[in-house]
Amino acid sequence: MTLADVKRGDKFQIDLIPDEMIRAQAMRFGISEGSSVVCAEKIPGGPVILKRNLQEIAVGRRLAQKIRVK
Amino acid sequence: MDCCNISHQIDIPEGAKKIVLAGNPNVGKSIFFNSFTGIYVDVSNYPGTTLDISSGKYKDDVVIDTPGVYGVSSFNDEEIVARDVIASADVVVNIVDAVHLERDLFLTQQIIDMGIPVLVALNMMDEAQKSGLEINVDTLSQKLGVPVIPTTAIRGDGLSEVKEAVWTAKVGNSSLKLEDELEDVKFKGASRSESLLILEGDPHVAEKYSTEPLEYRETIYRDRRERVNEIVDKVVTETNEGTSLRTTIGRLMLRPITGIPMLLLALYALYQFVGVFIAQTIVGITEETIFINTYEPFIRGVIHNIVEPGSLTSQLLVGEFGLLTMAITYTFGLLLPLVVGFYFFLAILEDSGYLPRIAALVDRMLTSLGLNGRAVIPMLLGFGCVTMATITTRLLGSKRERIIAVFLLGLAIPCSAQLGVIAGLIAPLGAKFFIVYVAAIFAVYVLAGTFLNKILPGESTDLLIDLPPLRLPRLSNVMQKTFIKSKSFIKEAGPIFAVGAVAITLMQDFGILEAIQNAVAPITVGWLELPKETATAFIMGIVRRDFGAAGLTDLAMTPAQTTVALITITLFVPCIAAMLIMIKERSWKESIYIWFGSWITAFVTGGIVAKILSLF
Repeated sequence: MTLADVKRGDKFQIDLIPDEMIRAQAMRFGISEGSSVVCAEKIPGGPVILKRNLQEIAVGRRLAQKIRVK
Repeated sequence: MDCCNISHQIDIPEGAKKIVLAGNPNVGKSIFFNSFTGIYVDVSNYPGTTLDISSGKYKDDVVIDTPGVYGVSSFNDEEIVARDVIASADVVVNIVDAVHLERDLFLTQQIIDMGIPVLVALNMMDEAQKSGLEINVDTLSQKLGVPVIPTTAIRGDGLSEVKEAVWTAKVGNSSLKLEDELEDVKFKGASRSESLLILEGDPHVAEKYSTEPLEYRETIYRDRRERVNEIVDKVVTETNEGTSLRTTIGRLMLRPITGIPMLLLALYALYQFVGVFIAQTIVGITEETIFINTYEPFIRGVIHNIVEPGSLTSQLLVGEFGLLTMAITYTFGLLLPLVVGFYFFLAILEDSGYLPRIAALVDRMLTSLGLNGRAVIPMLLGFGCVTMATITTRLLGSKRERIIAVFLLGLAIPCSAQLGVIAGLIAPLGAKFFIVYVAAIFAVYVLAGTFLNKILPGESTDLLIDLPPLRLPRLSNVMQKTFIKSKSFIKEAGPIFAVGAVAITLMQDFGILEAIQNAVAPITVGWLELPKETATAFIMGIVRRDFGAAGLTDLAMTPAQTTVALITITLFVPCIAAMLIMIKERSWKESIYIWFGSWITAFVTGGIVAKILSLF
């Protein structure tokens, strides 16, 4: 399953982030492979908003399709 | 590249120590900086970037501010500057947002890993309490191995404690597991902080020691992230689970059904503030009263005492498009108030945390144009001044995004100088023509973006941004951002407007302007079905976009003709300053494509609209 397939309110684990730069940036924001996160919001056709504790990040839809979750 | 040495940018007296302030964006760093330095602050440009660094004195030591960053590396200009300043620090005062510890402590831990003495100011404690967070400050300090002082800078709480405690800063507990690898690099003469950056693959620092950047970033980042998560788990307890009002509003901003009306409301507020209040009331005073009626006659008098009126020199200096007349009036009388207004509004959006949410909301639409949500900043600024907006396309993630954004800005975004005149001309024609105008411009914007997205090679970058908690904007922050950005606009764009004025005067003197007008005339008459004189208006639009539209005011045209003329002139050209800034930001070759691309698009669109309107 990819991050683009999750629904608002879903809890899941980030499994794989393919791009190295994206991984580094996400890690700075507090989200790395293995992190448990919640989908706080999903903008129709647009970004997925991830939440881990109080930290929220917006992930563009195309990038979300490349991130594997479980 | 000369990296990691800041001593030739900032005057550091002998024996003085360097106190560096560091933190993530929007953590209230400026309040600490002002508290340390008082009002005597030096601002100097950081070479090779458009960024300024501020420095001042605290007792006998030097205090240096850094741009807000999420980590120390070289992902962008902000980070490069922050990296060099932090690497040279004797002590770092790290300002941390208590509500956002997971994000902020990554930078803290990185600076600790660099082996620099750190003092943490745990800011926004009031908000942390309101959000139901309980933070064990002692445990945090013990885990990090550095002193931590809780503060609420906006109320002044804890500021003096931080200042007094600055020299109690300590080298904290490193999260680095690759100490042996680090020793190998240090052997080449690099300091611990530089060696760490080389391990993390920083190309500039590696080059300084003529070595290759290493590839341990992934491992180091992961260890650091794990350690930060561990610390956060130990020190933070959430006392209530209930969502606060702020969280709810934040969500509503993101959902299209509520977010789009909220965005439209914000844009309407922007229009009222910049488009009506500043563009009409304030500019009426600055441009008309101060510059055209007072300053220009004065400077003409002065120059005509020295230079013979009517000569080329006099034309260049104080003629119709003179350096000291038009360029000065345009830059300071018209654009400066508009730019200040725009930056002020943008700073409010940024400081409140609304801007990243707008970026997320519009990401979908901008993605189809080959951009991403971050491009909303240059697009919004374009309605203020396309020249200014073109400069900010630097923040976009890839070359193809920058090209698309620059083209769309030049083509389809009317700047505020032009908007006023256009609104004045189109309003009397009624709703039908207004809709035709807006629809045509919007269609061209979308089609051009979609087309470029299709034909340009490569891939655009995706949105990946932090959504900070919403908060009331802090006036001191907003004012400071507005001031710094407006100043850098004048510094960057001012010379461009001057060059533009000289170019136009020369073109007029050598009859080039007239020649272009004559060349364009057959197209305006034959294809656009407009009076011959509109050609003059189009060419004047190059000089100043508002001149072009204003040139249409005196012509006798039917409503359909006016609409066609306005559509064409909006698309036709960016002003000469915007054309020149494109060369600076992009290249000659790309700029020529962009100019001709927008000329052709303008005439084709204008012609098509003329043909369609003639059917009704």
